[in-house]
Amino acid sequence: MADEPIELQLTHDLTSGRAQQVSDEVNNVVFTLQDLRVSYGDYQAVRQVSLTIAKSEITAFIGPSGCGKSTLLRSFNRMNDLIPGAKVEGLLAYHGIDIYGPDVDPIEVRRKIGMVFQKPNVFPKSIYDNVAYGPRVNHIKANMDDLVEECLTKAALWDEVKDDLKKSAYALSGGQQQRLVIARCIAVRPEVILMDEPCASLDPIATAKIEDLMRQLALEYTILIVTHNMQQAARVSDRTAFFTAELDDNGVRHGRLVEYGPTRQIFSAPQDKRTEDYISGRFG
Amino acid sequence: MSASPISAPVIEVEYSLRQTRSRAGEKVIRGVLLAAAAVSVLTTIGIVVSVLIPTISFLAEVPVTDFLFGTVWTPLFANGQFGVLPLISGTLVITAIAVVVALPLGLGAAVYLSEYASDRSRRVLKPTLELLAGIPTVVFGFFALEFVTQVLLIRIFPGIDIFNALSAGLVMGVMIIPTIASLSEDAMAAVPSGLRDGSYALGSTKRQTAVKVVIPAALSGIVAAFVLGISRAIGETMIVTIAAGLEPRLTLNPLEGMQTMTSYIAAAGSGDLSTGSIEYKSIFAVGFLLFLLTFIMNMVSIRLVRRYRQVYQ
Amino acid sequence: MSAPDTAAPLAAPSQVQAELLGSRPPLRDRAFRLALFISLTIGVVTLAVLIAYVTIKGWPRLNSTLWTNMPSIRRPERAGAQSAITGTLWVIGFTALFALPTGILAALHLEEFSKPNGRFQRLVEVNIQNLAAVPSIVYGILGLAFFARALALGQSVITASLTLSLLILPIVIISTREALRAVPRNIRDGSLALGATEWQTAYRQTLPAAIPGIATGVILALSRAIGEAAPLLLLGAVTFITFNPTGPLSGYTTLPIQIFNWTKDSREEFQILASATIVLLLVLLLAMNFAAILIRNRTQKRW
Repeated sequence: MADEPIELQLTHDLTSGRAQQVSDEVNNVVFTLQDLRVSYGDYQAVRQVSLTIAKSEITAFIGPSGCGKSTLLRSFNRMNDLIPGAKVEGLLAYHGIDIYGPDVDPIEVRRKIGMVFQKPNVFPKSIYDNVAYGPRVNHIKANMDDLVEECLTKAALWDEVKDDLKKSAYALSGGQQQRLVIARCIAVRPEVILMDEPCASLDPIATAKIEDLMRQLALEYTILIVTHNMQQAARVSDRTAFFTAELDDNGVRHGRLVEYGPTRQIFSAPQDKRTEDYISGRFG
Repeated sequence: MSASPISAPVIEVEYSLRQTRSRAGEKVIRGVLLAAAAVSVLTTIGIVVSVLIPTISFLAEVPVTDFLFGTVWTPLFANGQFGVLPLISGTLVITAIAVVVALPLGLGAAVYLSEYASDRSRRVLKPTLELLAGIPTVVFGFFALEFVTQVLLIRIFPGIDIFNALSAGLVMGVMIIPTIASLSEDAMAAVPSGLRDGSYALGSTKRQTAVKVVIPAALSGIVAAFVLGISRAIGETMIVTIAAGLEPRLTLNPLEGMQTMTSYIAAAGSGDLSTGSIEYKSIFAVGFLLFLLTFIMNMVSIRLVRRYRQVYQ
Repeated sequence: MSAPDTAAPLAAPSQVQAELLGSRPPLRDRAFRLALFISLTIGVVTLAVLIAYVTIKGWPRLNSTLWTNMPSIRRPERAGAQSAITGTLWVIGFTALFALPTGILAALHLEEFSKPNGRFQRLVEVNIQNLAAVPSIVYGILGLAFFARALALGQSVITASLTLSLLILPIVIISTREALRAVPRNIRDGSLALGATEWQTAYRQTLPAAIPGIATGVILALSRAIGEAAPLLLLGAVTFITFNPTGPLSGYTTLPIQIFNWTKDSREEFQILASATIVLLLVLLLAMNFAAILIRNRTQKRW
């Protein structure tokens, strides 16, 4: 452990210190996945995913498009329920509770496990109302002004918008909108934040701000991020899961988990040839 | 979950994913929404029931063969005869005239809008054409009687009846142009542009592409538009009531007046007939025929539209 | 493709260029295009002639007596359409009251709450498409048998309104569904991901975002109801009415019915009166159409 960081920093400037603290074993488990399969109708998008996700860490899902990582992410807060024909099998447990169990209320799941989408999907309302929306629909009793300020501050947006709270959220830039979505998400006090390629539609400067913000948020929240951008995964995440799209014996394309471990290990010493090819291919 | 006894209850509360609030109101609302959607189904049932019951009792008094194949319609006479053929022939003659006007013009307008018009001119032309569809039919009826018959047709055909099938049919034709144009254009817009490009790449002109590629590819949608347009014409009431007269006549001469199924219903229904009388029931018997006829055509049209959507979407 | 028309005469003498630009399109193609354009304009020209005809003919009576005076059989030169105007307002007011909530809620059910391609959903969909094409006089028969006689509501404002509500319900439902469908999926996802229920999402996000589109459809549906005459012929509106409705169970007449009554009377004064009333009706309807188009154009840029 002690000598690895040096080697890493020589290869690429991947780790800003954080990844070094991650132990190989996941100790404080939030999610447990066992042989998880997600399918749409007859089509299986993801097969045989087994892993555990640690509390207050950033876990990145990476891999080529079509490997089912976004689909998998949407299973965590039961957003797949909304897609006709979508089916989740196997075990996906949150603190030992099967998210797809019979007594589980999907709405309760989504309160505890928030989500940030690829395109900033602010509501056509004011900045204030965007943040206040979640607490309102969830009947959270709080001083709304304080809550809005607190969440916007946590999302590193307060200073930019504090004088324009009544303005339409559409007036904000893309990066600001995405931070507003994050503020909106933490306003319902989730434990986990799912991020589905949160920077895909942003420029590099806005991306950097979001990445900084993610590091801040990771002190308090468990974050799962799907990204195409490998450098981003390397920069922000503690652990990385690498997925591929494969053809099975019948020629059906589906997603599969190849390798999962601390980010520094995945990027510096991948165990699997496919991971290595993918990473070196991208980094040239 | 296997934490110490002290902290266990806390964890239990924090990590429950059970429903925390009753959402009974939500269920009630869903029920209300479902009920609202059911109103449309109830409407159809209501139409069928309210038309069918008096029709059955009508057919108990008038043999079905007399009704369907009789050639004299004199329901208000003391010994009334109930042969519906004059009403059907009146409906068909006027519909035929309307169709002769509306099919080529509607299709032509659709081809122009879909294949020739620039985006800008389409944005002006389409709503203008659709304004036609927003004109009340009573206004078209007035126009047919006062202008088309008494200003135009009377000069061309001096012997024409004041109430005649021709003016009603012509104006009705113009009325259904937007229906046919708009639905046909939708169908042509759904034709993938790759088909057009393929045709142009072979050196075809716009006309050849439109006639030999786009129209055949959109055919089921165009036929659906035609069928719906014809169904509209058959069901149209005010134009014929005002401009074609109220005399049931078994004739094919468009210069004469004639009565249609719809104008009979309108004329008989606007009088104060007692509920049990045979005249009252005759309204429903004719209404039943009308509903059946238009229902079949609508279903054919809906099927055809569904088919082209399946092919291209 | 309109370039060759102007380009040909200016074409440089180069052989290749001349071949590529070609001559003007063949005569047949130009004739075809012209024929198409004429088919399009015939409808528009007819509309223009119609409007010009009724405006010129109705001009002498286009003054305030048209809406301050009551209909009269004996003194056509002083007759007006006041009872028809108030009757139209009463009938349309109640029609809106019945049809809008029902139609919008039904559309919400179909678009947001029911299983897509479920059996009930498909049945309702085909049913609505069919109802939209059922002749309006058939709705009159339903109104006569069910509302006027079976429910004993008689020949009243409420009978007319209920009947017209059913008539425009399919239009309201279809246009509301289109408006709801135009709201991006990710707005719904954003709301649901915050733990909002489906109803909260529909009521607080989707519906408000769809309101401009719904308004457009609703205005067009109501303008259809305003112009509708056929079903009302069966529902008592033809009776000679010289009073304003006093309540939902009152007798009534409407503008289209008043026009119809005057058209039936062959005296020239009544034809003039009918024309003037048509102008009034058309102005009202064109204004509504125009408003609908404005709303549609203003909101198209949002997403």
